[in-house]
Amino acid sequence: MRTIAVIGASLAGLRSAEALRAQGFDGRLVVVGDEPHAPYDRPPLSKDFLLGTVDRESLALSDPDALAALDADWRLGVRADRLDTTTREVHLSDGSTLTADGVVIATGGAPRTVPGALALRTLDDAVALRAALTGGTERLVVIGAGFIGAEVASTARKLGLDVTVVEVLPIPLGRVLGPEIGAVCGELHLDHGVALRCGVGVNEVSAAGVVLTDGDVLPADLVVAGVGAHPATDWLAGSGVAVGNGVLCDQGGVTNVPGVVAVGDVARWSGQRHEHWTSAAEQASVAVRNLLAGTTAEVHDRPGYFWSDQYGVRIQFVGETHLYDEVRYVDGTPEDRKFAAVYLRDDVVVGVVAMNNARHFTRLRRQLGAAPLSTPAP
Amino acid sequence: MIRVCTVIDLPPGEAVRILARVPIAVFNADGELYAIDDTCSHQDASLADGWLEGCWVECPLHASSFDLRTGLPNGLPAKRPVRTYPVVVVDDVVYVNTEAQQDVA
Repeated sequence: MRTIAVIGASLAGLRSAEALRAQGFDGRLVVVGDEPHAPYDRPPLSKDFLLGTVDRESLALSDPDALAALDADWRLGVRADRLDTTTREVHLSDGSTLTADGVVIATGGAPRTVPGALALRTLDDAVALRAALTGGTERLVVIGAGFIGAEVASTARKLGLDVTVVEVLPIPLGRVLGPEIGAVCGELHLDHGVALRCGVGVNEVSAAGVVLTDGDVLPADLVVAGVGAHPATDWLAGSGVAVGNGVLCDQGGVTNVPGVVAVGDVARWSGQRHEHWTSAAEQASVAVRNLLAGTTAEVHDRPGYFWSDQYGVRIQFVGETHLYDEVRYVDGTPEDRKFAAVYLRDDVVVGVVAMNNARHFTRLRRQLGAAPLSTPAP
Repeated sequence: MIRVCTVIDLPPGEAVRILARVPIAVFNADGELYAIDDTCSHQDASLADGWLEGCWVECPLHASSFDLRTGLPNGLPAKRPVRTYPVVVVDDVVYVNTEAQQDVA
């Protein structure tokens, strides 16, 4: 391959560019990013950056020397509008066209929006949200008690705001962490004086506040929605690249079109989209290897891992919680907000979760897939 | 020199965290004692909570591993090394020499 275009300049795109060079690709490398910023780290946007304890320089995912060493042509502030897989052209929003033998799709996701509410995905979103939170706002309503919503609520509370979180599901994070652990996460809000309304939807955001489906109105000066993201695949319409809740890939990131792979939040590997930081980073080297090999030479089968920092509690999770039959606490208790637990299916560890217990989490995650369960060393 | 603990309190495979000017993690890697900065050079996480394997400790947050002998990370996301410190044992007590930190990069 002589030219490879990486479409997307966030974590998955940057790691792909790095992997291309690390794996010996010495051709022309072009990285297209719709945001004007050099690759930056998103997780702090809802935490320390929103709080104001870290600045934007510290968000950089790479330093200028390392970026320069990639010897890439960076097209930042430019969107990919269309991919033509017959001519192998990527049409960009500045009117230019890019011809590439290989394409890495790393366009990420776009937040689902609620009219009248702010969303948080990008650095610019975070700058705007921080200005709103610190500009005399007193009452914040957060729609969605997922990780972004919970972290924004936590940060806003720390900034002294009066915060209410609304969640349409009966238990926050129940789908991700299961009802037992989800309920504990819900209690974190209450521990810190944040009101939590579960099992009720939002009709609209009006001048009076957030109008709920049960008729209640939550007064708000500011409303933030953290209700998930959809994969950014619109630009692939008509390209021939198969899409369905993400770019359809095999277990190695390889799409149905030769010379096209997909990584990160936009990619659906073997039926699953892993919208997690670690997955994006790990998938990049696998997909790039397969792109360069022209076939699926390597697959990614590491279990999904994520973490969340909220209310001074670090939550860590690895594995999957579909069809587990028991949550077993291995160390600590949920009441202490410091514990490690395993999810078991037929006495096999299928997931591990911890709050403020990295030590046990680190050890227990090595038991994934193991049976019978053994107790970790203290 | 900062007193860490007795040798008995730091068996192979274990780590302790001490508070010097910065937090320092002291490891017993199969009988060899090492001390490095406790805080991962990538993001806030305690390396004393990490997974010890041979002369490497894996950060519990993002899985970069650090070489206990040099403080160098094995790869992303960590890019910068952590500092290492000399460890001495006197009369079955473990000490760390925090003044003689060894910058490697």
